[in-house]
Amino acid sequence: MKLHTRRIASLASVTLIAGLGLAACGDDSGSGSDSGGSGDSASITMLPKNLGNPYFDASTTGAETAAGEFGGELEEVGPETATPDSQVSFINTAAQQGVDSLIVSANDPTAICDALNEARDAGVKVVTFDSDTDTECRDIFVNQADAAGIAKAQVDLIAEQIGDKGKIAILSAAANATNQNAWIKLMEEDLAANHPNIELVDTVYGDDDDQKSFDQTSALLSRNPDLAGIVSPTTVGIAAAARYLSSSEYKGKVALTGLGTPDQMRAYIKDGTVTEFALWNPTDLGYLSAYVANALASEEITGEEGDTFEAGDLGEYTVGADGEVLLGEPFVFNAENIDDFSF
Amino acid sequence: MTSTIESAVDARTYAAYSRPLWWRVVMTREFAMIVLLGLVYLIARGGVENFDSPLTLYYLFLDITPILLIALPMTLVIITGEIDLSVASVMGLSSVLVGIFHAQLGLSIPLAAVLALVAGLVCGAFNGFLVGYVGLPSLAVTIGSLALFRGIAVGLLGTEAITDFPDRWTDLVKERFVEGPSFWSGFPLVLAVVLVLIVVFVLLLHFTPFGRGVFEIGLNDQAAAFSGVDVARTKLTLFMLTGVVSALAGIYFALRYGSARGDNAEFLELQVIAAVLLGGVSIFGGRGALHGVIAGVLLIGVLSSALRLESISSNVINIVIGVLLVLSVISSSLLGWVSGLRRGSTPSVPPSNPPDPGTSPGNTGTSSASS
Repeated sequence: MKLHTRRIASLASVTLIAGLGLAACGDDSGSGSDSGGSGDSASITMLPKNLGNPYFDASTTGAETAAGEFGGELEEVGPETATPDSQVSFINTAAQQGVDSLIVSANDPTAICDALNEARDAGVKVVTFDSDTDTECRDIFVNQADAAGIAKAQVDLIAEQIGDKGKIAILSAAANATNQNAWIKLMEEDLAANHPNIELVDTVYGDDDDQKSFDQTSALLSRNPDLAGIVSPTTVGIAAAARYLSSSEYKGKVALTGLGTPDQMRAYIKDGTVTEFALWNPTDLGYLSAYVANALASEEITGEEGDTFEAGDLGEYTVGADGEVLLGEPFVFNAENIDDFSF
Repeated sequence: MTSTIESAVDARTYAAYSRPLWWRVVMTREFAMIVLLGLVYLIARGGVENFDSPLTLYYLFLDITPILLIALPMTLVIITGEIDLSVASVMGLSSVLVGIFHAQLGLSIPLAAVLALVAGLVCGAFNGFLVGYVGLPSLAVTIGSLALFRGIAVGLLGTEAITDFPDRWTDLVKERFVEGPSFWSGFPLVLAVVLVLIVVFVLLLHFTPFGRGVFEIGLNDQAAAFSGVDVARTKLTLFMLTGVVSALAGIYFALRYGSARGDNAEFLELQVIAAVLLGGVSIFGGRGALHGVIAGVLLIGVLSSALRLESISSNVINIVIGVLLVLSVISSSLLGWVSGLRRGSTPSVPPSNPPDPGTSPGNTGTSSASS
């Protein structure tokens, strides 16, 4: 009897455990292999920094629109957390699948380099967008905005909002933030050259900390009660400044603009604290990246400087130095268009 | 009829040895895991596009190397009935240390790696001392050191990353045995290190008195102490082994991804423990074998590789592995319960017959823990 029981139990354990594994992978084999390098239409893998990020959801929407227009197959994959090592396994998978092109926003400029180059050795064209890698690890970088364009857009916005004269101040991120300092320098040059009646009286630093930016805005206004406008070239700063202004006596009197995201700024646009602010449009960024990926896959371009290609509704683009394609002028958000965006 | 079988069985003293050798090898949880691994591998080769390319095998091995390395000492720790949750944090810390020693202090990679290994050994000794000599529960101790070591790693580097590693070393960890498109190019050189450690740990666990002591501690540590096993020293040794092997995995991780960051290898401890338990090691201690664990690690690797190739998102991959783990734990308890029912419903068995702890080879651990 004992022999009987034990044999049944052992056999059952073998079959049960085997059954678990079969059941576990049984349902996915039915979902079909819709990816793969073969076929006429370009197969493109989109790898953002992480999934579930509204900014990248917007860029993927744009890329899907583009893929629909040129008849490619686009697939979004990505890690849950924005770390370089988690991106590597997805890059490896794209190399194994032999997709035509890979669009990636790099979590680290050098850490994913080797994996990207291995994928390129396997015939995958690599396009970076939003966040670049070292230039030798990708074919083309789709740049959302260049420093000169960002600086000029903000100066133009504030000049328009204060009638091209008066005192303004800048609320920046950290005092040694590379991006912000480059933009501030260009803004100063632009103001001096083209807007002689605007005086930049102060630059304060909120360290991209919500509370500190809020306090700095308060201190700025008590030091300069006749201030006409504030420019904040950082998303944390502009939101904190808007929060201060909306609940103070300066609401509607002091103009505020800069770089912000629609979700953070929606309330302040609606209540009139802010009329217009700028940022690039991530949907267009994804749209353009997909066209670049397709142009590379179809060997219409190679990534050499001077190559030109059509990008659907956005028109014709030219590859610049270091294999960069520039999206264009920053996008201006205001009360009319802000509800079209969610990121 | 019944009596003839009974007498045949009773001719052997130990129930576990009452079967021919092949039966004892084949009818085990470990062998079931190997069969399952083979099945999943064949299904993936047949059904998943691009799975049969050497590139897939190559990346698969590179991906599972850290899990495979840490699973070896972790198996021994879990067999003693303890657990080490801090392994991924030790990995993070050692990868950060290699980065700092090399990039900021200018040491050569081998020297930086040795120092990182020493740090891993110290981390392990810290855990092992608190568990073995102070007698604290390992679950609590290593949850604490999980946060502690990770905190040190993140504190040392902040949010920045060190990516300045010489190509010679980052290429070495990705070197293949054979270059070119052949099947053998799917085997990275780092597998040699893994194989050496597998041999060492198999010998240690299954063929030495130390290994017997590990099993005895898991079954009953007081009995082990009375039969001459130095329980505290054994636990200290095991935690130091997990520490130093985790540090080795951390160095590999930093060089493979060319990036030393405080959050490197976060949550990897869960995959390691999942693989060990899948491989048939009892979480209650006292039972397990390394060939099952290696099959468990490979199974997780093959499954996630195949699912990723099918473009299934990482969430779903985690769900599949999680469900597999829960079911595998349930299955052994369930089988124990079912065979218990069967035994209970057959009163014809004479009461003088001692209760058989090895009714199913899979449930020895659970039944010993519940008795």
